[in-house]
Amino acid sequence: MKHSLAGRVWPNATAAVLALGFLFPVYWMFNTAFKPTRDIITEDPVWFPVHGTLEHFATAVHAPDFWILAGNSVLVTVLAVGLSLVIALCGAFALTRMRFRGRKGILLTFMVAQMAPWEVMVISIYLIVRDADLLNSLLPLTCFYMLMVLPFTLLTLRGYVAAVPKELEESAMVDGCSRRQAFLKVVFPLLAPGLMATSLFGFITAWNEFPLVLVLNKEPAMGTLPLWLSQFQTRFGDDWGATMAAASIFAVPILVLFLFLQRKAVGGLTSGAVKG
Amino acid sequence: MAVQPDGAVEQTAPRTGKGGAPPTRRGGGSRRAVRGAPYLLLLPAMLATAVFLGWPMVRNLLLSFQNLNMKELIQHLTDWRGIGNYQEVLGSEQFWRVTLRTLVFTAVNVVLIMVLGVLIGLLLARLGTKMRLTLSAALVLAWAMPVIAATTVFQWLFDSRYGVVNWLLDRLGQHGMAHYDWVGSQLSTFFVITVLIVWQSLPFVALNLYAATTTIPRELYEAARMDGAGSWRVFTSVTFPFLKPFFLATTFLEVIWVFKAFPQIFAINEGGPDRLTETLPIYAFTEGVGNLHFGMGAAISLLTIVVLLAMTAYYLRLTVTREQQEENEL
Repeated sequence: MKHSLAGRVWPNATAAVLALGFLFPVYWMFNTAFKPTRDIITEDPVWFPVHGTLEHFATAVHAPDFWILAGNSVLVTVLAVGLSLVIALCGAFALTRMRFRGRKGILLTFMVAQMAPWEVMVISIYLIVRDADLLNSLLPLTCFYMLMVLPFTLLTLRGYVAAVPKELEESAMVDGCSRRQAFLKVVFPLLAPGLMATSLFGFITAWNEFPLVLVLNKEPAMGTLPLWLSQFQTRFGDDWGATMAAASIFAVPILVLFLFLQRKAVGGLTSGAVKG
Repeated sequence: MAVQPDGAVEQTAPRTGKGGAPPTRRGGGSRRAVRGAPYLLLLPAMLATAVFLGWPMVRNLLLSFQNLNMKELIQHLTDWRGIGNYQEVLGSEQFWRVTLRTLVFTAVNVVLIMVLGVLIGLLLARLGTKMRLTLSAALVLAWAMPVIAATTVFQWLFDSRYGVVNWLLDRLGQHGMAHYDWVGSQLSTFFVITVLIVWQSLPFVALNLYAATTTIPRELYEAARMDGAGSWRVFTSVTFPFLKPFFLATTFLEVIWVFKAFPQIFAINEGGPDRLTETLPIYAFTEGVGNLHFGMGAAISLLTIVVLLAMTAYYLRLTVTREQQEENEL
């Protein structure tokens, strides 16, 4: 109301520039992926994919082992996140709804576990997995990814469980449900949005994980997509079109998931594990 | 932690209810069952944490006292070395140089992320609905971009021959930059990594700060404005004090994330040129897995954890005290 014209223009102008800055790398990835090579290797950039083509996607998809690696990635991610959701939900329920000895200690354990520096633990994990003769297998990846996302999932779900009024559960139990039934029939449906939002960060973590798979699964067909993508450029020389197509294929599932779940997830993140 | 069998019965009985003892429902046995239930529910989580996090930690500690190189690895030898690895690491100039580099790298990134993130968050609060949604959407897209995909895109953006960045710099009159090799020197490689990490991390801070400012009661702002406070005064006297827990938590998270940044640095140039952009996690990795000095690598990784703990000690202590207070209030 009392802002001057300049006072109204500069926030919008800054916001526009910022939006462009944040969007550009994502846009440039897709733009490059859809342009024919002659429009990529140019003195002046071609800003729009006017001669749209899918040849780079074909190159990327036909790269050796692509479908196997994509399958590995999906399998490991879904299993790891699914398992951690189940395990975390049990734990979160106990931690929010029950009073028992050692509760504080357990809570702190998960808070510390959440900060575990997995990146520097690859050395000992490598030796453990090697001694178990499980190098180049998806099982260790699934287990460790599950644990990477478990503390966060558990601590965040705690907030969602606490948000379900205890009275609902109690009245269900008065109506003759066992505690287990009350949970499955009353609490669980109310938790569904929270579970979805929480799983988003699990999906991102597991889908993106890089250092561990880099060390554990050196066999080409046992890797995951992050490994494939990071080596793509080296293997395909300077074929930036194919590289950007590969990056797009890798990024799209997460981008889509994120756009769907973001709103809930941001709220969950601030109110749960990271609550101030 | 002892598993109480009564708990197990209560958990499974109502469902299976197979012959023999009738399933114990609520009533006589429930007190004991309830006492065992929380431990049983927490058992899978605790067990998994012990096996997949606790054991690697212990193993890491043991390794750091061993001499474990190529030969020992192949022949499955265990050669204890006492504190030899630590003496060697702490005595090497390289380790201290990498540590200092990591601290500076973390500090620069976190300061940039927090300052810019807060500014963008405050900007979001000032915008009209349309513009705010536009900027939020852009932020969310950048945030959602998977790390390795983003790293690959930045390599392309900063490509020396056909990269957009060099083209733009050339157009802006910096003709010397036309074919500049960004990963050719230490500082320029760090520049690319920093731009990448800041670009990826800003959305989290900005969006959360904006969300947090909406929880501040309007009256506080109005009162401050009435007293004639300017934007800076409003920030220091209302926004900051009110959101102090948020600032602490976010800074803490960013310190951890930047400190641990692995894929970005590794995928951009594998810590090069000449290992000059190695931070502690990359250094531990290269020494341990790359050069097959597992014992040394384990010692470095433990020291890395110590550095991280020292950096975050203040916040950790605060969290523990707060949890204890909450516990006492219950």
